[in-house]
Amino acid sequence: MPMRKVMKGNEAAAWAAKLAKPKVIAAFPITPSTLVPEKISEFVADGELDAEFIKVESEHSAISACVGASAAGVRTFTATASQGLALMHEILFIAAGMRLPIVMAIGNRALSAPINIWNDWQDTISERDTGWLQFYAENNQEALDLILAAFKVAEDERVLLPAMVGFDAFILTHTVEPVEIPDQEVVDEFLGEYVPKHAYLDPERPITQGALGFPAHYMEARYTVWEAMENAREVIKEVFEEFEKKFGRKYHIIEEYRTDDAEIILVTMGSLAGTVKEFVDKKREEGVKIGAAKITVYRPFPIEEIKALAKKAKVLALLEKNISFGIGGAVYTDVGRALINEKEKPIVLDFILGLGGRDVTFENLEEVVEIARKAMDEGVKEEVYWIGLRKEIL
Amino acid sequence: MAVRKPPITTREYWAPGHAACAGCGPAIVMKLATKAFSEAMEAKYGDPNAFAIAHATGCMEVVSGVFPYTAWKAPWVHVAFENAAAVASGVEAAWKKLGRKGKILAIGGDGGTADIGMQALSGMLERRHNAVYLMYDNEAYMNTGIQRSSSTPYGAWTTTSPPGKYSIGEDKPKKIVALIAAAHQVPYVATASIGDPLDFYRKMKKAASVDGPAFVQVLAPCVPGWRTPPEKTIEIAKLAIETGIWPLFEIENGDFHNIKFQRFPKDGKFKKPIEEYLKLQGRFKHLFKRPEAIEELKNQTKELWRILGKEVELP
Repeated sequence: MPMRKVMKGNEAAAWAAKLAKPKVIAAFPITPSTLVPEKISEFVADGELDAEFIKVESEHSAISACVGASAAGVRTFTATASQGLALMHEILFIAAGMRLPIVMAIGNRALSAPINIWNDWQDTISERDTGWLQFYAENNQEALDLILAAFKVAEDERVLLPAMVGFDAFILTHTVEPVEIPDQEVVDEFLGEYVPKHAYLDPERPITQGALGFPAHYMEARYTVWEAMENAREVIKEVFEEFEKKFGRKYHIIEEYRTDDAEIILVTMGSLAGTVKEFVDKKREEGVKIGAAKITVYRPFPIEEIKALAKKAKVLALLEKNISFGIGGAVYTDVGRALINEKEKPIVLDFILGLGGRDVTFENLEEVVEIARKAMDEGVKEEVYWIGLRKEIL
Repeated sequence: MAVRKPPITTREYWAPGHAACAGCGPAIVMKLATKAFSEAMEAKYGDPNAFAIAHATGCMEVVSGVFPYTAWKAPWVHVAFENAAAVASGVEAAWKKLGRKGKILAIGGDGGTADIGMQALSGMLERRHNAVYLMYDNEAYMNTGIQRSSSTPYGAWTTTSPPGKYSIGEDKPKKIVALIAAAHQVPYVATASIGDPLDFYRKMKKAASVDGPAFVQVLAPCVPGWRTPPEKTIEIAKLAIETGIWPLFEIENGDFHNIKFQRFPKDGKFKKPIEEYLKLQGRFKHLFKRPEAIEELKNQTKELWRILGKEVELP
């Protein structure tokens, strides 16, 4: 029988790792994710997880050791956030290019400067082009579930790409919620043992991994990463279906909430989706036709799902805790890509909010809806808005 | 007629057909190091092939792993410039869980070890991974075209330490990486030169045989980087030992009071002057117009020996 426990998001991530039975974990402490390696080292110390835990001297070495272990053919896990993820940046490309299905939990946190330990998505968003799959959790249950699903997708032979699962700093990493811990046997059935055919360092059958690719081969190697990411779209659907069968919880690449007949749809990710859904309920009671959509899978980007969503509303209001300076939020540019050749498309507005842990309030969301309604009635004047900005201190 | 057993194994892990230069010192290192490893693995685990290689970016990585070819007849992985030691840590951990017997060989040049890879190396040694780190020292960034590293010796020309009106060439003493490694109190640290291949071979075997981490730093002349003729590689590597500029020693468990020396003159007097080593190399050519620089190099060499616990005389 599945067990229910009240736990922090970090503990949920550590439990997911325990259930997935990785053989090697290499991690370095960083706020807000420190509890993940701490909890995992407890599992290892108590013999509840039979794994090698490498206490590395940096995040750069954490991911490098994971690459080494994964190249040697074992299931591998790590966790980090923010500057730690940024320090891994170089090796993230290599892990994807070498097609190593490492799974990483990330307590989404802002990047310096100024140094800030609180939540936004700038860390993972900045790694969107590395070739890693990206999942975002709304709550602690999703953090656990998506890590398990991420292993399954990453290790699928049609994919073989590393995966990161983000869950918001403090809002999830340090907040306790009831979480259902699945039975080990069911997880074992779901994941199976990882036995790679492409990555092993076995003296009986020596292979060379991580070779030099001349211009004659480099593009083809990169293309296979593109192809794998495309394959992941279907694989993720299959995995989410199987997940529902095994564990009873249904996941969607984009989860829609009260979108039928909605004029304005608030599109977001992570824990903000919880706030937004509640706000939608409130507005619906007031008779305002709005809905919400939560992007659970950000890479591969859900292009078809965004197209379908766009057909339903007059305005897509994107709520983003990240910024690509000089253009707007990252989701904004991605949604633009999804809709660029659509004949009929809604107004797309981008709202940058909640950076560095700033609270996103109902007042903020009221402002978003107001701006969206105005754009609907009077036409688009601006496309990117900073919401909740304290202009008086600028 | 009795057939003499060859002093080194005939097994090959570094295949012919790699793309290194004629007379390449580091290529000799690859060949000897893997042979020595295989002998040690055979003795320790009954399996000569019981090892894998984690290679740092650098000239030996580039010349040996050009897709779709490989010069390696052993399991081999390259990830990046600075992390061979961290990658080796991961491979070793994975092997432990897979129940695979054997040892990991991490290889990096002086740039990938003494400079950018120093932190990962320290981590690997400190955590006591069962791996050997081999630093092949050609005393500059040769892969990118001869830029100075912290392992470039005083006075040497490189493209980023050019001699000029206000410059003698490289103006800092060479970093003593082996002592940094030994300070981790690991079971075994040694310096070697391909000018004494059997000594290097023995040290690699020893490094591979100990339980836990080991570090070997081997001097390996680079033909284009040192501005030398290909046929002089071994002669120069020998002269490095004979002139005293390159001490050969072993330190076990960080015991600096009991350093073992090889090829050290009993009276502490080196017979061949350092000039003999320098004059064969284009990178030191300019020093002969600046005798005070050669004097400074000699003083630094004496100081290195003094740090190692030996008073020496250099002609």
